[in-house]
Amino acid sequence: MSSMNSVGRPTAPVQTNDYVHPTLTGARGLLQDEALIFERDGWDKTGVDLPQATRPADDLDGLLRTAPIGLPGLSEPEAMRHYVRLSQKNHAIDLALYPLGSCTMKHNPRLNEKAARMAGFADLHPLQPQSTVQGALELIDRLAHWLKTLTGMPAVAMTPKAGAHGELCGLLAIKAAHEANGQGHRKTVLCPTSAHGTNPATAAFVGYSVVEIAQTADGRVDLADLEAKLNDQVAAIMVTNPNTCGLFERDVIEIARLTHAVGAYFYCDGANFNAIVGRVRPGDLGVDAMHINLHKTFSTPHGGGGPGAGPVVLSAALAPFAPAPWVVHDGTHYRLVEDQTGATAQAFGRMSAFHGQMGMFVRAYAYMRSHGADGLRQVAEDAVLNANYIKARLSDVMSPAFPDGPCMHEALFDDSWLEGTGVTTLDFAKAMIDEGFHPMTMYFPLVVHGAMLIEPTETESRQELDRFITALRALAGAAKAGEVDRFKGAPFHAPLRRLDETLAARKPRLRWRPETIPPLAAE
Amino acid sequence: MRFTKDHEWVELAGDIATVGITAYAAEQLGDVVFVEVPDIGKTLTQGDGMAVVESVKAASDVYAPVSGEVVEANAALGDAPETVNAVPEAGGWFAKIKVSDPSQVDALMDRAAYEDYLGTL
Repeated sequence: MSSMNSVGRPTAPVQTNDYVHPTLTGARGLLQDEALIFERDGWDKTGVDLPQATRPADDLDGLLRTAPIGLPGLSEPEAMRHYVRLSQKNHAIDLALYPLGSCTMKHNPRLNEKAARMAGFADLHPLQPQSTVQGALELIDRLAHWLKTLTGMPAVAMTPKAGAHGELCGLLAIKAAHEANGQGHRKTVLCPTSAHGTNPATAAFVGYSVVEIAQTADGRVDLADLEAKLNDQVAAIMVTNPNTCGLFERDVIEIARLTHAVGAYFYCDGANFNAIVGRVRPGDLGVDAMHINLHKTFSTPHGGGGPGAGPVVLSAALAPFAPAPWVVHDGTHYRLVEDQTGATAQAFGRMSAFHGQMGMFVRAYAYMRSHGADGLRQVAEDAVLNANYIKARLSDVMSPAFPDGPCMHEALFDDSWLEGTGVTTLDFAKAMIDEGFHPMTMYFPLVVHGAMLIEPTETESRQELDRFITALRALAGAAKAGEVDRFKGAPFHAPLRRLDETLAARKPRLRWRPETIPPLAAE
Repeated sequence: MRFTKDHEWVELAGDIATVGITAYAAEQLGDVVFVEVPDIGKTLTQGDGMAVVESVKAASDVYAPVSGEVVEANAALGDAPETVNAVPEAGGWFAKIKVSDPSQVDALMDRAAYEDYLGTL
């Protein structure tokens, strides 16, 4: 192994006889040790100086709190340091490449953040009079227009707050449509074996039973099996396109035709829309409903960085059942349609109390407008190009699960290339942490043995991709050269070493309890 | 003992079939961390989802290899899911089913046929 990094600087201390000792505080140089926030607790440190509250008349009956609330007491600098220290123990998209497929972590442009922090958007209250939020309503309407245009679909429900929430919205619209059409007896939803786990979970939640569709050897929906399982009891099929193997369902138009022929609806899981945005309109493929993960395709923060948003585009057949509210423009003003009368009488209800994730809408719209239609097309092209670059440059040292033909936005490998090395997919992923990368998705999709699913996204430059590829090629070489210890013990350099995931799952400790309850703050 | 393509095993004694997942399935799943066994009295049709097994890698359905009524479930797996890894084809059983059609058992693979099948995977 080279001891030089990509720009030729040594990666190990120059003096090999440096004295390495455990530190006295648990810190490691710039990396601070950090306790739980409750363990840093101390009421006397709280720096907030508010006037004494006058105790309200006790009209709360028995609800007035008499015991300590148990919130930690920290000074502001301590609170800041606590969270900064924790953030330094974790990986982040702002730190390095994050190739977690199927749940993209891609760059969140700063321009989006600036727009979302504008007071006219950030300081609104959802119950403000609509005359005072015309700009916000216009933004929702414009975002809806872009989403409908990009998907070729006539309607969109903006309120679902995540991908799975969008699936729920889509299936509730499908259920409402079947019931309105005298087809309420339909009880089955079909999902391919490679589906996201949320698909069958959503179908079951709505009350449908789930039947699996087999997969072909080249990773697509098995049309013969689909046809055999389609009948007048099927309410819908749920297909991800591109699918979780990173492959385009090339028979998607035939899938839609067969589905519609038995009176069922086609739900498309749009989690991977970033691979086709600007290039393919799902409406042209025969899709009836599809959620769009704004927190993926349109770059809004995800996971710990912000809430999701999962608007659902709907076909003409499902549009009358879209949930309230939605924005209309009456020629002079924007307003929210909230009631369910007249033309909106068939709306199946609501997905959330208000209008959706406004902050995410602003970010997604800023992303669209800063890219333009041509830029969004290039998003899809670059996402696919980057994944194929990785696939091409790793295929001689790792084993691609579907070697024939290009992939879409993610490159999928199985673990056959690790056979006999004593290294597993999990070990390999842990060693990636030592090299400064977030691991790829492991062991998903389930249909591929020891799956390693790498999604670089369009965010990464050629230089960064090369850095990643060089690291993975070196690691693959180490695995094949018998350097098992490098993997079995990994991560060696992370703030925490390998955790016992089995014990954590079998005997989870979900609560921390103080040894003594702190006293109430002095009155 | 008989086997399915979905890697369940069945051991028939009289009209009571003991059902579990095979050693191959347990090895593929990795460390099992949670098992949801069926309710006693539940009527199952062959191929129905019968139980759920969750490992550090994945959650999977276990399908009823035969039709019948659940007469006993292995409650011990609740506190000791690791039994499924330790002795999958013995103490790691999931449920006992009073079979409605014993010929369904005969139609399943014997061990030699199952091992041939594993060779094709």
